[in-house]
Amino acid sequence: MNPKQLTLDGNEAAARIAHATNEVIAIYPITPASVMGEVADTLSAEGHTNLWGSVPKIVEMQSEAGAAGTIHGALQAGSLCTTFTASQGLLLMLPNMYKIAGELTPTVFHIAARSLAAQALSIFCDHSDVMAARATGFAILASNSVQEVQDMALISQAVSLKSRLPVLHFFDGFRTSHEIAKIDTLSDEQMRLLLDQSGIHQHRARAMSPDHPVIRGTSQNPDVYFQARESVNPYYQAFSTHLTEVMQAFADLTGRHYQPYEYYGAADATELIIVMGSAVQTLQETVDHLNAIGEKTAVLAVRLFRPLDTECLIKMIPASIQSIAVLDRCKEPGSEGEPLFKDIVTCLAQAVSQGKSPFSQLPKICGGRYGLSSKEFTPGMVKAIFEMLKTPVLKQGFTIGIDDDLSHTSLAWDKDFRTRASQAATSALFYGLGADGTVSANKNAIKIIGEQTDLTVQGYFVYDSKKSGAMTISHLRFSNEPIRSAYLIQDNEAKFVACHQTVFLERKDLLNAAAPKGIFLLNTSTPPDRVWDSLPLTIQHSLIDKQLTFYVIDAYALAEKLEMGRRINTIMQSCFFAITELLPRDTALQAMKAAVEETYGSKGGRITEINYQAIDLAPEHLHNIAIPNRVNQIANRVQKIPDHAPEFVRQITARLIAGEGDLIPVSQLPDDGTWPTATAQWEKRNIALEIPVWDTELCIHCGKCPLVCPHSAIRSKIFDPETVEQTVPESFLHTPVKGKEFPEGYHISYQVAPEDCTGCGLCVDICPIKDKTQPGRRALNMEPLVEPILKQEQQNWNYFLSLPEYDRTKLRTGVIKEAMLTQPLFEFSGACAGCGETPYLRLASQLFGDRMLIANATGCSSIYGGNLPTTPWCKNSEGRGPTWNNSLFEDNAEFGLGMRLAVDHQARYAQQLLEQLRPDLDDTLVDTLLHADQGDETGIYEQRQRVLQLRDQLSQSSSSLARELETLADQLVKKSVWIIGGDGWAYDIGFGGLDHVLASGENVNILVLDTEVYSNTGGQTSKATPRGAVAKFSAGGKATAKKDLAMIAMSYENVYVAQVAYGAKDLHTLKAFLEAESFDGPSLIIAYSPCIAWGNDLKHNHHMQDLAIRSGHWPLLRYDPRRIATGESPLQLDSKPPSVAYREFTSSETRFSMLWRSHEADAEKYLTASQQESQRHYHHYEQLAALKPNSDEKE
Amino acid sequence: MDLQTHYLGMTLANPLVPSASPLSRDISLCCQLEDAGASALVMYSLFEEELDSHQARQIQLLESREIGHSEATHFLPLHAEPSHALEQYLEQIHNLKQRLAIPVIASLNGTSQDGWINIAKQLTEAGADALELNIYNVAADPLHSASDMEKGYIELISALRESVTCPIMVKLSPFFSALGHFVKQLEDTGVNGVSLFNRFYQPDIDPDTLRVQSSIHLSRSEDALLSMRWLGILFGKTRLTLAATGGIHTADDAVKMLLAGADVTHLCSVLLQQGPNALNSILKGISDWLEESPYESLEQARGVLSHLHSNDPTLYERASYVQLLKTGRY
Repeated sequence: MNPKQLTLDGNEAAARIAHATNEVIAIYPITPASVMGEVADTLSAEGHTNLWGSVPKIVEMQSEAGAAGTIHGALQAGSLCTTFTASQGLLLMLPNMYKIAGELTPTVFHIAARSLAAQALSIFCDHSDVMAARATGFAILASNSVQEVQDMALISQAVSLKSRLPVLHFFDGFRTSHEIAKIDTLSDEQMRLLLDQSGIHQHRARAMSPDHPVIRGTSQNPDVYFQARESVNPYYQAFSTHLTEVMQAFADLTGRHYQPYEYYGAADATELIIVMGSAVQTLQETVDHLNAIGEKTAVLAVRLFRPLDTECLIKMIPASIQSIAVLDRCKEPGSEGEPLFKDIVTCLAQAVSQGKSPFSQLPKICGGRYGLSSKEFTPGMVKAIFEMLKTPVLKQGFTIGIDDDLSHTSLAWDKDFRTRASQAATSALFYGLGADGTVSANKNAIKIIGEQTDLTVQGYFVYDSKKSGAMTISHLRFSNEPIRSAYLIQDNEAKFVACHQTVFLERKDLLNAAAPKGIFLLNTSTPPDRVWDSLPLTIQHSLIDKQLTFYVIDAYALAEKLEMGRRINTIMQSCFFAITELLPRDTALQAMKAAVEETYGSKGGRITEINYQAIDLAPEHLHNIAIPNRVNQIANRVQKIPDHAPEFVRQITARLIAGEGDLIPVSQLPDDGTWPTATAQWEKRNIALEIPVWDTELCIHCGKCPLVCPHSAIRSKIFDPETVEQTVPESFLHTPVKGKEFPEGYHISYQVAPEDCTGCGLCVDICPIKDKTQPGRRALNMEPLVEPILKQEQQNWNYFLSLPEYDRTKLRTGVIKEAMLTQPLFEFSGACAGCGETPYLRLASQLFGDRMLIANATGCSSIYGGNLPTTPWCKNSEGRGPTWNNSLFEDNAEFGLGMRLAVDHQARYAQQLLEQLRPDLDDTLVDTLLHADQGDETGIYEQRQRVLQLRDQLSQSSSSLARELETLADQLVKKSVWIIGGDGWAYDIGFGGLDHVLASGENVNILVLDTEVYSNTGGQTSKATPRGAVAKFSAGGKATAKKDLAMIAMSYENVYVAQVAYGAKDLHTLKAFLEAESFDGPSLIIAYSPCIAWGNDLKHNHHMQDLAIRSGHWPLLRYDPRRIATGESPLQLDSKPPSVAYREFTSSETRFSMLWRSHEADAEKYLTASQQESQRHYHHYEQLAALKPNSDEKE
Repeated sequence: MDLQTHYLGMTLANPLVPSASPLSRDISLCCQLEDAGASALVMYSLFEEELDSHQARQIQLLESREIGHSEATHFLPLHAEPSHALEQYLEQIHNLKQRLAIPVIASLNGTSQDGWINIAKQLTEAGADALELNIYNVAADPLHSASDMEKGYIELISALRESVTCPIMVKLSPFFSALGHFVKQLEDTGVNGVSLFNRFYQPDIDPDTLRVQSSIHLSRSEDALLSMRWLGILFGKTRLTLAATGGIHTADDAVKMLLAGADVTHLCSVLLQQGPNALNSILKGISDWLEESPYESLEQARGVLSHLHSNDPTLYERASYVQLLKTGRY
């Protein structure tokens, strides 16, 4: 019987086997392994059983360390257990892995290999994480393709039970983990036959049980520890044999043969590359090509890395080999070579020393690095390595894939080299917008082609680093042959290129990838007869030079006609099938409709119907555009970074923005991870379709619109119109500012940055002014962003920026209107449109930005805050602004505490030096510097002026102490340390550190951006997730209540605590920020942050916040320990008793309301519990707020 | 005692039929209702608006879930995707038909022709023994006349009648200028019965928040009198089966309806308040009444106090006001 074939990605392939062969699965989300946990959770939630008929228990832990501990315990108690992780997650598991291996416990950890954070974090692939685990005692097995991932997952399980060694099964994250391929699946029967039931019985027999008690985990002394450590050797020696036997048994069952070390290529090859992971595929494809043209090359795939079977490995290398390159996908700085290279060298040396070398003359050998952080590894690079292997002296420690002009390690390669196999495949590239459905449509297309034809298929998806307006590039390959191209579609290779958004035409040369005589499909609203004139020069050139066939469709018009909103995926998919004719028309139509039915349900009603219509009608709306003989554009309209941008931005950042980062040589990049701030302003993304337009007549200058803007794209400034009258552009709007607090005659302007606005509309939503004659109109109204408005507003924005900032020492920052006149030092982030987090960050940056040090936990805020190419953290005209760093996910509170300790210590030292230097300095200056009141903006300003005076006086001193103080003088000005992160950090993985820092009494400000899920990794449940909310890992609704972090923090009694929601009560938020920062001790602000992970459109962000407060879900409060001294209760409850039914709150949010349909009884149960709980909590807070401190506590 | 009645062409053991309510979402409660003596069951209403809003939510979810970021291609667990309201309804029909021996009547509450016809077909295919249609449009547009409204209803019901073969009952609101005439028009479409009257969610104003909100209140016995009047008036003047609904809480309430001319009496609020066993008490009460009455069967008693058979038909008409005012019994 033919095996069942499925089209899936590597993560799913691993997770399905893991789920079928285990009983307890402990998980924690981390990119790119999260999907494995999600698949396992899905399978259990849907009631799928393992091979033995029980539904595996899935438990999400607070960290990977927690997951590993749980696995260790469950293994010790006799269950079959597994987990999934990557990168830092694997590092957190290391301590337990030593224990699990030391206790000879069978288990499999599935790893989607990912870079480790060093000079920067990277979510992409290399083997740094796996290599860090190589000493744990786990066996390490590598899979090289999606098919292998599935097969090796089972083989790992079987050999672990057979050998008693735990197995780390890894595959390349963001390559194999996310690559979609058609594979032969394994039946339950095959899985059962391969797993050694006696091994399972023995595992259970060894389990801890009071019925046959033992102790493990003893503490051993010098007398026996060493010997006991050596006692495991036989298990490691036997592993390779067990593995070979299991692989043979697997081959007998499935016909698929694997070996621990697999040689591929010419039997008499002279050059050999040894490698692990998906690169094996590319190497095999290239070796076939090269050998077909007379080369003698080969590749040795290492599947078994630990325990390395040197004898078995050497046996695989033919005696004809003259030179070897060993490729490592990691870097071990300071080492004489990377791990695999050193192991292979050791193998050869051992073979020689033991007289077992097959070689008459030992081959030359060198090691090299490739593919760090998913750097592409292409056939051209493979060819370059083979060519280097033919040279008399091999290049030791080479790199391939980069231009290392600093240490000259890199090999040059032929970028135009293509293998025959890659040319034989049909390659298709699709450029889409994150939310336009392009990726899901392409996943469907791959599935359809995979299931309807005998073609092999491959799908891979590249995303950019922004969360709003993100470009997705889908790489699809179809072939009659096996596809082994584990690299992106290269230049001139794509036989079909589709651009689903015209904005990309200007952003990137999309047709670089198009193959000559290929097809280009463009979705555009420009009429067919004017399309040619609308194309940029580069696109016109490519269409002519490559003789492409050009189709256009106005998919948005058709979608609108069919009432599909802006969802164009079905239309574009139908066009793809119609144009490429990869499937017969009827088959394609039927398969696409079946996919629609799967998405919307067979009873999907109108949605199903309109999608059917879209499929049928789309091809009729295609237009084939005749391509003229010559171009008619003079130049591309692509915006250049202006000349006044800093040099680094022009030289480096500009290239990253243009997608040319791969071309930047080593010497031009910062060597210690230090990058300039204030760079987001140069990355104009132009994603808004509408922008707010200010009505000067209606506006009352309340300042609410800049306060809520998630992207700092609408701002207010006041200025003296007389000083600027000559230069003001005609269309620049300004009006006399309302309020006696401002100088007579001053004007105010509310100006939008048209290219940075995302068009979320929240500024309009918050506007309190309604036009009495037209209730729909407000003081801000959304208008389409079309020419000439765009150009006009660009000019106005630049003019607005050129106006001087108003003196902040004259502003009362406790008043919204005035606080919003301060300059944001956080702007234009890549966060989602309508993001509920970023307004808090902007607010903090306005109030304290020029003296802020920020420790930022990994998560959404570290991604939109610090993901290259640019950062939204910026500087004022004096060059001051927040300085920002991300250490890890788990240690952020500690990281920030360290910053506090450092600046405080330096300030104290500076004060000490001041005293020592007093004889050389002005006495009064020293006194005022030492005792300055820096409690407000004026105080800070004056202290800075004094520091300037101090520097002046120090410069006149020749004392070495003066030189010392010069390095520390700035520390005499108060610094504001901010520890920022999401609820995943604060409630879960970082809670231990957070708790400790709260208890420390040190002056840090902790801002928790509470989205009530792990937002960055896709919405997994955290302990902040409310009861009854649906999230990943809580498909049936979270059964337990949200942790009350505020109450925990208040229990210390010396911590300032606030719970805020800016969209519901902005002044309260402002007050809380000012109070928290002014409190000389730890402060915790827990900020309600609506997130798209909740399933709602964030244009309702403020309403969502309002309902959360009025229902009692999110009571607003401030706990200020300073109030005790004045005889007041430290707790102020700032929201009224719940006035809205909890049901109304939950029914307005998808995360809750979807449970009513899927688990109605549970939804009702959770709702009742939450309703009671919210009332109870409020009452509890109310009672606490009413309590007065004891009279003896008053000052 | 012979409590049999004929309803929509079906012979029922007694006239007590639970009307559309959340009770029918729970199969075990439905079994309890059958055990308590329910002779048929009207399922909870499937609102066309509910289906539309579900679809809108589904589109919104699909659109917002796919964000196209490398760390998170989508949000919310895919397997938590709620099933479609219609699918759930069809599944519930199927399950109820499996578990109950009594007829199961599907209830539809819709406004548009397309939506109704397509869905009605699916309901009958899923096994519904009959359809109850709730027609209720608020004529908020002053340019829309009563005859326009009635014409719209009749067109819609005619189209539906042509598309399904199962019995159809129309549940009416009391807000018709000439209910009798409209019922005659309904009769001409070929439907099988009418149910008097529907109860609605009503807008309410919260003076504290200055917000308009929707509210519904459970019925009381006196609410049944409006239905009783029109049942009494219609009895014998239409071939349509007559069902009484709204305010039937006791055996006396039910008997009044039967004497006025109802073929069946629907129960809702009393079951929500007292649970399925209340039906059994009412049934026993009817039986006891019949035993003590001069009638041998319920069929004999039906309509004996209707407008047609009443000694004083004016009591059903406006003249009764005058009498009431005269006697001061108000």
